[in-house]
Amino acid sequence: MSDTKETTGLSRRQFLKGSGAAAAATALGTAAAPGALAAQAPAAQPVPGMGPAGVKITLQVNGRKMSSTVEPRVTLLDALRNYLDVTGCKRVCDRGTCGACTVLLDNKPVYACSMLALEAQGKEIRTAESLVQGAKLDAVPAAFVRFDAQQCGFCTPGFVVAMKAVLEQNPKATPAEVEKGLAGNICRCGTYEQMRDAIYSLCNTKRGS
Amino acid sequence: MKNFTYFRPTTPEQAVALLENRWGNTELLAGGTDLHDLQKEYVAQPARVVSLSGVNALAGIRVEEKSVRIGAGAKLADIANHAELKRLFPSLTDAADQIGGPQIRNMGTLGGNLCQRNRCWYFRDEHTNCLLKTGQRCFALDGENKYHAIFSQGHRCVIVNPSTLAPALIALGASAVVQGPNGRRTIELGRFFRAPGANNEREHVLEANDMVVEVTIPRSNLANASYEVRHKQAYDWPLVQAAVSFERGDGGVRNPRVVLGHVAPTPHVAEAAARSITGQAVSEATAGAAGRAAAQDAKPLSQNGYKVKLVEVAVKRALIIAAGQKRYWEV
Repeated sequence: MSDTKETTGLSRRQFLKGSGAAAAATALGTAAAPGALAAQAPAAQPVPGMGPAGVKITLQVNGRKMSSTVEPRVTLLDALRNYLDVTGCKRVCDRGTCGACTVLLDNKPVYACSMLALEAQGKEIRTAESLVQGAKLDAVPAAFVRFDAQQCGFCTPGFVVAMKAVLEQNPKATPAEVEKGLAGNICRCGTYEQMRDAIYSLCNTKRGS
Repeated sequence: MKNFTYFRPTTPEQAVALLENRWGNTELLAGGTDLHDLQKEYVAQPARVVSLSGVNALAGIRVEEKSVRIGAGAKLADIANHAELKRLFPSLTDAADQIGGPQIRNMGTLGGNLCQRNRCWYFRDEHTNCLLKTGQRCFALDGENKYHAIFSQGHRCVIVNPSTLAPALIALGASAVVQGPNGRRTIELGRFFRAPGANNEREHVLEANDMVVEVTIPRSNLANASYEVRHKQAYDWPLVQAAVSFERGDGGVRNPRVVLGHVAPTPHVAEAAARSITGQAVSEATAGAAGRAAAQDAKPLSQNGYKVKLVEVAVKRALIIAAGQKRYWEV
């Protein structure tokens, strides 16, 4: 489904500096360097509109540069799932209340359903897929497996991403702090008790102590 | 969601120049947590969306000698976690910290929190043509109104203002700096909100081609606190919120402000509560009396009488917290 999946390892900055940057810079000018543009452009110069037809976008997803063409109304969630085949993030409520679409945007958890794909350009996006390297599972999903912290599993990709964000920001987070970081996610199967076991294990704390 | 043309200006002046002098056809996009919901329900159907994500001048929190300046684009999480703000204005940081969950706080902005649309289920339903669309009546007045206004007197539409930062900011004497087509002006947040009653009116007094660029709070040693009564401790809207501020003096509380949230179409300044606590030492008895004074003029609807009692409790507890006293309700 995706137009291109570039795995050159080039950073976005290097990519834009490179020889093929002219077309990309034209299409993404405002997205790429707002500060620089503000300094150069007189205020009277009209701001160009994008769309409503498809707009070429490039997203940095799990360390890979991915490009596609989407209408401005396409959310980051729908762009990831339907245009780029990154299906870890789930579409459940699509209204910013359930957390199943949670992704990390520059290391902070956000709802991919409540953000335009256009707005995610230039940011580093990480989904649940980033929590496995080869055959090695990250400690957070590994704890979910160990403690059977899921039933249907549909909410799990959002939960592990939100939990990863808390523990990355503060590796010494207490179980209560981790739980606060999960306030924006919901599990309709009600596997919270097993998730608590996983959280206590990740925090190296005994439950009930 | 209806498709649209997307603009990404880089200065507030450019952003305002892209707006129109009527509501609806062009919308400002900040965090997106409210706008995209409304678009998905077809309650908002803008043909043009002006994104503020490239306007770097809107970011930032600056603690200066005489005032604290918070950019309209500051994220709720940045407000909630700002060490100096926590020390000076715990009412504001506590209120910010209780909004939504981490994802909402990482996306939502100060300007968006102040200018978001109300949560009335009739308003947010595509198929209900209420007073705030092109309809002739408010369906909540005699319909499902559990979460609606209890200070309903004189209002044709009985929404509650959804901002939880607003009561805290009003109690702290904050002002909004607004960019319009003819330059900037300052509006006290106490005069920023209005009760809308038609489709060309919003929950605030801004024109369609205005935008908030900054909120300024005068620096002070005011005791301050915000307390919310809620169904759930996480990811919920408050049923009732009370924000208070006052000067501590030898003769007790001086110049108190008591502002209620989620009880009226605008943040509700409870003057009777302020009079009640003036000159008193804060205690469970005096704070309780102020709470009763705050609720005395309430005129609840058919399903929200319970909120009257919650106002009494919220004001009492906010005063106890602001005075630094033991939270008697926590065991």
